[in-house]
Amino acid sequence: MAIGGKQARENKTRYRKNGLNEEESYMVRNKLLLAAAILSGGAFASPAAAQSEQFIPILSYRTGAYAVNGVPYANGVADYYNLVNERDGGINGVKLLVEECETGYATDKGVECYERLKGKGPTGAAFFNPLSTGITFALTEKTTTDKIPIITMGYGRADSKNGAVFAYNFPLLGTYWSAADIAIQHVAKEVGGFDKLKGKKISLLYHDSPYGKEPIPMLQVLAKKYGFEFTPIPVTHPGVEQKSQWLSIRQNRPDYVLVWGWGVMNGTAVKEAAAVAYPRDKMIGVWWSGAEPDVQPAGDQAVGYKALMLQHGAGKFPVHADIEKYVYAKGMGASEPGKIGEVLYNRGMVNAMLGVEAIRKAQEKFGKKPLTGEQVRWGLENLNLSEARLKELGFEGMLKPIKISCSDHEGARDGRVQQWDGKGWKIISDWYTANQTETEPLVDEVSAKYAADKKIQPRDCSKES
Amino acid sequence: MIALGQFLEVLIGGLMSGVLYSLVALGFVLIFKASGVFNFAQGAMVLLAGLALVRSLDLLVANGFPIWIAIVLGIGFAAVIMAITAWLIERFVIGPLVNQNALTLFMSTIGVTFVLEGAAQMIFGSDVYPLRLFPTDIWLLFESHFPGGILVNQLDVWGGLIAGILVAGLAIFFQQTKTGRALRAVADDHMAAQSVGIPIGWIWFVVWLVAGLVALVAATVWGTKLGVQFSITFLALKALPVLIIGGLTSVPGAIVGGLIVGAGEKLAEVFLGSHIGGGIEYWFAYVLALAVLLVRPQGLFGERIIERI
Repeated sequence: MAIGGKQARENKTRYRKNGLNEEESYMVRNKLLLAAAILSGGAFASPAAAQSEQFIPILSYRTGAYAVNGVPYANGVADYYNLVNERDGGINGVKLLVEECETGYATDKGVECYERLKGKGPTGAAFFNPLSTGITFALTEKTTTDKIPIITMGYGRADSKNGAVFAYNFPLLGTYWSAADIAIQHVAKEVGGFDKLKGKKISLLYHDSPYGKEPIPMLQVLAKKYGFEFTPIPVTHPGVEQKSQWLSIRQNRPDYVLVWGWGVMNGTAVKEAAAVAYPRDKMIGVWWSGAEPDVQPAGDQAVGYKALMLQHGAGKFPVHADIEKYVYAKGMGASEPGKIGEVLYNRGMVNAMLGVEAIRKAQEKFGKKPLTGEQVRWGLENLNLSEARLKELGFEGMLKPIKISCSDHEGARDGRVQQWDGKGWKIISDWYTANQTETEPLVDEVSAKYAADKKIQPRDCSKES
Repeated sequence: MIALGQFLEVLIGGLMSGVLYSLVALGFVLIFKASGVFNFAQGAMVLLAGLALVRSLDLLVANGFPIWIAIVLGIGFAAVIMAITAWLIERFVIGPLVNQNALTLFMSTIGVTFVLEGAAQMIFGSDVYPLRLFPTDIWLLFESHFPGGILVNQLDVWGGLIAGILVAGLAIFFQQTKTGRALRAVADDHMAAQSVGIPIGWIWFVVWLVAGLVALVAATVWGTKLGVQFSITFLALKALPVLIIGGLTSVPGAIVGGLIVGAGEKLAEVFLGSHIGGGIEYWFAYVLALAVLLVRPQGLFGERIIERI
């Protein structure tokens, strides 16, 4: 954290007097601010929403069973919006007005937050990002009716990749079907080729929720194609008790265990794997099962554990320097400074950046003013971030270029694999791109069924611009 | 066909897990037995005790204290925190509600739950904090009889030993000490106990303190297993069917109930769940509890209360 010399000395003195180090003092201050915000109605927004500001809601979970993962993600999102306001004065002069709403990862609370925030600000919510597949399922019809996009970067409904049917859903950067395909590609590489998958046993240890169930259809398709034996094993929320599942795994001895967990389930899976002596390097977590809180509590037991990357991993890039300079140096940061650059913090930042760039794109067409959700939807659907633009934004090296279109609301489907070495995540693979010949037929089939069930007339994407 | 080795492994693993549930259930039993209050906050007390222990331990170790001294001081600090909590609860929540009906007291403990969860995380942090007080290595038994042997986790064995010591200690406390007998009198009738000179405020402080210390013991075992984190509060839900089966007023019942729930849910998940989609162990424990309720509403070891009209 960049603090000037005199100020730093003063701070050090103050911290010593309090018996706290700099980081702890920062945390205490942030907690007090958070408490004050909660007591004053849970909003971070200014009391009166200015008519010239773009309203963006943040659905987050800083409490409850999943807070361990929800907090760093929410911090990344909040810090990036602050950066845009502090460094750039907003998007082309339109400042961002942000309000956080606590969902606790519960679908009912998520819907409640949506209903409370969708109409706020001069033009209503620009978009929603619930960080929950369950909430995404619950909101999909509502957001279409209300004409507000729902960004589900790396999660949500896999079939919503088809923008012709799901006009307002944007599962950017990768769906769970893409993730499943990438995971199997990596397994194939490790065992010596796709032909070697035949007869192998691959289990899916999944959070028994819409999130955890989402990859199952794709894995069933892949199992049929490559001839491996696929066994899904559910873990009930929140996942603190997994002895039965791991005793079954010990007996069945699958060649690989894919982990589709969240929160405490991930760390517990790693510990239980160690308890039954299942090799950690035969476990591959999805990109929501590959952050620091998922492995650090397990200590040495987590060494060797692997996880997919939603393109980026941990680490600092030029955008982090800006955040430290324009946000943390002013005492406006949401996170402990030492946690900037962790996996989920970075993911929150990436998610916020994509939303901001969608608004910027939409402003090209609709003008430099606060935009409606419907207008931002156009911006999302026409978002095209080149390598040069990513470099300008300070995300070079974190992300590959992404191009969204009417028929492809995913935009990119690339991933790598990282492995925990006891101290940090190390990237151990080249880039994989999910094979659309595998995923596309399922997307078409399931989205067509959804369209028929909901009586949706799919858009003709050749006529969209 | 079910292999005998696998069956025994799941059964033993389930029994061991059940003992760990019992550690949490014991806190419920203590408070109900001594004050007639169903303490919904027991899970939150485990979280608070665990956070106080692990955070003080980390601080002491970081400041160069030898690990054993740090453990003793950390446990002492956590015990003090639980004593303060017990005093605050007695003084500001339960005390003013003397002679109110059981439902009112129960509702007040729901309030205590949210306050404790929020305060514990605000004061001590909301990350996952690793705790390694007991070994987590495994033993493989009877390898010559069963392929791969029967796996037993050392942490589970420690949990069993601790539960046994706790039960013995609590049984002596309730049966052999003056305070223990006073606790039982208060549970039977607040007003009658007061009328014979039992200081009800002190007694309630003692019982919440003892429940807090039991929560601390549970936190040491569960914290080693999961890391100390918010999700530890969900253990309260695992303890409920244990209480229903064992009976709300019986310390040995908490252990037996735990064994039944642990073994039942694990066997059901492994051998039944695989045929019906899995993920059944959470609700299966409640199926067992309902079955017991049908036969013995007071639980296997609970007191049958007959009220004359």
